[in-house]
Amino acid sequence: MYYLKRIAFLIPLLLIISFLAFMLVRIAPGGPFDKERAPASPEIERNLKAKYNLDKPLLEQYWIYLKNLMKGDFGPSLKYRNHSVNDIIAQGLPVSLTLGIMAFLLAQGFGIPLGFITAVKKGGVLDYGGSFIALLAICIPGFVVGPLLVLIFAIHFGMFPVGMWETPLHAVLPTLALGLYFGGKVARLMREGMLGTLNSEFITTARAKGLSETQVLVKHAFRIAVLPVVSYSGPLLADLLVGSFVVENIFRVPGIGVFLVNSSLNRDYTMVVGLVLLYAVMLLVLNLVVDFAYSVLDRRVKVG
Amino acid sequence: MMENLSPNQRAWRRFKQNRPAVISMSFLAALCLLVLIWPLFSKPALAKLLPVGMTHSPVELTDQPFAKPDMTYWMGTDVNGRDLLSRIMHGARISIMVGIVGALVSLIIGVLWGAIAGYLGGWWDGSMMRFVDILYALPSIVFVIVLITTLEELVKGWFTNAFGADFAQYSRMIFLFVGIGAVSWLTMARIVRGQVLSLKNRQFVDASRSLGAGPGRILFRHILPNVLGIIIVYITLTVPSVILYESFLSYLGLGIQPPFASWGSLIAEGAAQLNPVRINWWLIVFPAITLVSTLMALNFFGDGLRDAFDPRG
Repeated sequence: MYYLKRIAFLIPLLLIISFLAFMLVRIAPGGPFDKERAPASPEIERNLKAKYNLDKPLLEQYWIYLKNLMKGDFGPSLKYRNHSVNDIIAQGLPVSLTLGIMAFLLAQGFGIPLGFITAVKKGGVLDYGGSFIALLAICIPGFVVGPLLVLIFAIHFGMFPVGMWETPLHAVLPTLALGLYFGGKVARLMREGMLGTLNSEFITTARAKGLSETQVLVKHAFRIAVLPVVSYSGPLLADLLVGSFVVENIFRVPGIGVFLVNSSLNRDYTMVVGLVLLYAVMLLVLNLVVDFAYSVLDRRVKVG
Repeated sequence: MMENLSPNQRAWRRFKQNRPAVISMSFLAALCLLVLIWPLFSKPALAKLLPVGMTHSPVELTDQPFAKPDMTYWMGTDVNGRDLLSRIMHGARISIMVGIVGALVSLIIGVLWGAIAGYLGGWWDGSMMRFVDILYALPSIVFVIVLITTLEELVKGWFTNAFGADFAQYSRMIFLFVGIGAVSWLTMARIVRGQVLSLKNRQFVDASRSLGAGPGRILFRHILPNVLGIIIVYITLTVPSVILYESFLSYLGLGIQPPFASWGSLIAEGAAQLNPVRINWWLIVFPAITLVSTLMALNFFGDGLRDAFDPRG
């Protein structure tokens, strides 16, 4: 019941977000036609604005946009005028989704075991080594890792191709560049959660009633310790799915992350609102899933 | 032997036993000191006593662009022939300041918001967290771009009137401080709220309520100290991520503007110079090493603090 209410709540929420995004890009000075190659005469600009309804009052523009949105039409891109926003999303999203899911799996597959081991072996060599690696991963900016990976593995060793998105080999370096950073974050959250849990009384109880150490760690501690990671997974996955500007830019991956940044710099109004809505839908749905998982894992949390 | 020590004294003792944390603290203190006194080195009176590599000014142009690191230019020179070491030391001021101020802004907003939502529960929790969801769902980069492009002119004009034209160039910096902090508090709020939610049904909270403690006292004296570990760990993740965010904005050309430089903008400049034909490695390696080692020191320091102050430890 609680979750039905949450799902029903998504629609007004998305309306508010679309309205905020719509108004936010309009507040910024400058317009989508400022960076045209040839400076347009005032008349041409007026015609362009009329064609895209930009000369109408803001609220009316929003209403028109909303009506088109109901039909599933995000409108034309104001920058790439031969394409609609739907086209661009349809082309870029599958690529960003693939890259994002692989990077997510890498981040969790690398972060959770690393955090678990460093917490269990606290103070040992494995802890220092593992924590150092996790820390290194979150301290190096993506635009340092990216070019370095290209220089070392693509140019020096020639192991992986770069610059296109065709074979699985093309995906290796971008996945690494994107996933390692988040893997480091996951590992730190996991270690912290695990250390906190291992100090709890119910762990002492579990040990006292004679459970094996493996059972205590895996069955009892892990369930609770993984909670911070679970609650971080929603935004993490949404971030990864909509793509990363830096990684897509460096590796020339034809995803949609590049468009999100460029369209807000170019004041491509329809594109910004379209991509923001896409991001919003993913995030809200994922957060719902995360909250559900949270209450399944931790029965102390009362829902509703 | 029994000693009467305050909890803080005991925490300090525990902290001093943590070797990596103490080394990191000394490193950070030394770095801050060096960064503060660095501009003095180019003063003629001191310059005579120091090796020539330490006496360059960050704006001094030479006829040697892309000089390799040598005895004159310890870290080489950049595209305009400016000494890289000196630029890094001056960039440090801005990077460190962005990190600290940004993290503080996000700490204050995030902890208050998350703790209040989690503690009040019910309708308040629902609407406050839905508000966070809404802000989460607007990608922060769109926010920051709009914030910087719209309000900057306004504030620049205001600064010029209030403090004179010289001060107006700092308006971008102040924007970065507040803007990045204002978009970084959301995760903190969610994490704190999740923790408060699972703590407030515990027995020690019931106990203090039955002793007559009010909501403020329960929240600040009993619940938040238990969340302190996660808050400190998260703030040590926030300072570096704020510095990284600034470097990302510099990479887009929206961060610190010339003639100022931050580590982020120096790395971005260096990354732009990376190509297989001519690898000017020092332009990216030295700023990156400075940034990464500072961020790692911050993290070790934060971990040390956490282990020392954690009431559960």
